[in-house]
Amino acid sequence: MVTTIDVIERTSEPPRLRVLARVRELYAHREILLNLVRKELKVKYAASVLGAIWSLLNPVVFLGVFTFVSFALDNNVPNYPVYLLSGLLAWNLFSTSVTQGARSVIDNANLVKKVYFPREILPLSQIGVALVDFVLQTLVLLLLMIATGYDFRVGTLALWPLAFFTLLVFTVAMSFWLSAMNVRYRDIQHLLNLGLLVWFWFTPIVYASHFVQEKLAAYQPFGFTSFYLYLLNPLASIVVGFQRALYGVVTPQGASEPVLVQVSVGWVATILAGVALGSVVLLWSTWRTFFRLSGDFAEEL
Amino acid sequence: MASTIEVEGVSKRFRLYREKPSSLKARLISSRTRAEDFWALRDVAFAVEEGTSLGLIGVNGSGKTTLLKVIAGILRPTTGRVVTRGRIAALLELGAGFHPELTGRENVYLNASFLGLSRKETDRAYDDIVAFAELGEFMDNQVKFYSSGMLVRLGFAVAVHVDPAILLIDEVLAVGDEAFQAKCLERVRRFQRDGRTIVFVTHALDLVRSICDGAVMLDRGRIHASGRPDEVVRELRLLSLRHDVDYAGEEGTREIEIVSAELIREDGSVSRPVRPGESLTIQVDLRSNAPVDDAVVSFALHDQGSHFVFGASSEQSGVLLPRFEGKRRVRFNLRSVPFVQGKYWVTLGVHARDPKRVYHLQEQRYPFEVVSNGDRRDQVFIPVEVEVEDL
Repeated sequence: MVTTIDVIERTSEPPRLRVLARVRELYAHREILLNLVRKELKVKYAASVLGAIWSLLNPVVFLGVFTFVSFALDNNVPNYPVYLLSGLLAWNLFSTSVTQGARSVIDNANLVKKVYFPREILPLSQIGVALVDFVLQTLVLLLLMIATGYDFRVGTLALWPLAFFTLLVFTVAMSFWLSAMNVRYRDIQHLLNLGLLVWFWFTPIVYASHFVQEKLAAYQPFGFTSFYLYLLNPLASIVVGFQRALYGVVTPQGASEPVLVQVSVGWVATILAGVALGSVVLLWSTWRTFFRLSGDFAEEL
Repeated sequence: MASTIEVEGVSKRFRLYREKPSSLKARLISSRTRAEDFWALRDVAFAVEEGTSLGLIGVNGSGKTTLLKVIAGILRPTTGRVVTRGRIAALLELGAGFHPELTGRENVYLNASFLGLSRKETDRAYDDIVAFAELGEFMDNQVKFYSSGMLVRLGFAVAVHVDPAILLIDEVLAVGDEAFQAKCLERVRRFQRDGRTIVFVTHALDLVRSICDGAVMLDRGRIHASGRPDEVVRELRLLSLRHDVDYAGEEGTREIEIVSAELIREDGSVSRPVRPGESLTIQVDLRSNAPVDDAVVSFALHDQGSHFVFGASSEQSGVLLPRFEGKRRVRFNLRSVPFVQGKYWVTLGVHARDPKRVYHLQEQRYPFEVVSNGDRRDQVFIPVEVEVEDL
């Protein structure tokens, strides 16, 4: 029995992205996505003794290095590990997803040429892998916070889902665009590494975010606070959101000056909501690009 | 009721780059990249009705696989449209997506999901798949330790357990040992009985004749013939005979030239396939450009693999040609063709009694085909007369 949903028409015209229909198709192919994530995780840690521990070592090494750097620079952020990790984990999810995602179509050229499935699954599977690491790392961070007797605040923790949602949408949007462009221009993956390096330091992960706010307050070209320009970097806003959610207090006890951006929780939520909205629009646009180009992936590879 | 697969006016153009600009720099420097258009498909149109099987045949490079990929949705047509009704499973390569680091079991699940099986469906089919592949004890080994034969069997096994409305098969039934092939063929027949629609791409013409309801033959991207499998298969045989003619070599000093030659069948036809035991006349028209005293005309037969199978000359047959001047016709009457099946090529030569002095030689130039009725296992044809006598 042939049902209407199975009728597929293919023409020379690149089809227009109809989000709901596409989401339904992706859902129908979810088995591939899950299997690819499983495969990636398995392959990543196959024949390694420590296995998944490796995904925890990266933040630990970062933590060691930057604790030392912050000590040397007299950074004076109390509870620095919690501060650093709350931003770093979000950054790691983003950077791993886009780096691996950008390569995902090329690396699976053989599949793309031989099997039909919605191509979005390839970058999505890399995001899935990064998400598994993110969840593991976040659990460890929570354990660390509990172990050090951290004072959880429900009011700020409520920011976490919003920050996470924004991060996820922005990551998916960037991965779609990068993976599609990388098929045509292999420069993308090299550019990306440089770009991510710059991007990392323009995001308040290692240094106190209040520090930037304070420094930039002096510059007000055209009567505009340049700190807002800094926050136009979506990841800066997202990281500020994660920090406010997990680190919580703007000026913790023992700090000589504020650590986090000196604004209200409501203000952070508003900024995040704005970035989230922008990310959704961005996702819609990059998804359309990806969808249009994906019909020719098999040929371009 | 609409057809399960409709292909309408489909063309596919590939751009062949001398060196594909895959970096920004290359794109920027050479504003116009040197690309040649290659039309892998041109105006292809046909339909496949529900529950029927179509064979897609043609010589290498005729566009069969491209067409299959367009139907499967892997490639987008440059013009035209394709409509499919029902879930598609495309077997373009066995074990596409097998990953060496994963175990056989994990690869079954991964591969099955590419072919559209859900986890539950794979769970249900898993034992069958393992039994079919005969790999029970190896399923928890990584497939990087598998032999290529084992990989093929596992790929097959997953492939034949998919449950689609439309099955696209590219040449994959041609591998594996004979017993395994028979097993797979049995599976295909079951798919047919279950009313599934199948499109085969294959070089196994006998397979097309025995299991397909229809056939389409492609030649350089266009439909050359379509219709009943046996007729389309015959078209392909004829076409490949004609193609081969272009490659024949010629040499000689041309004191005597071969002007033309024909292979005349028993009934006077010069083109139809020959049946075993029929007669065949090789008729050669010659012209001399200078008088020659010791001319010998000879012919040789080669099979599909260019193996020499038989040769004879006027001299061996006890005929001495008189002094050669002007035009002359020589006929070799082969009283009974001993071949059973296949393509053969006739080499014609005219030379001196010392065969190193070649006047004119046309190597494997004239083809003919031998076709038997039914499915015979004979290697040669021997005319047999039966006599019965009461004693």
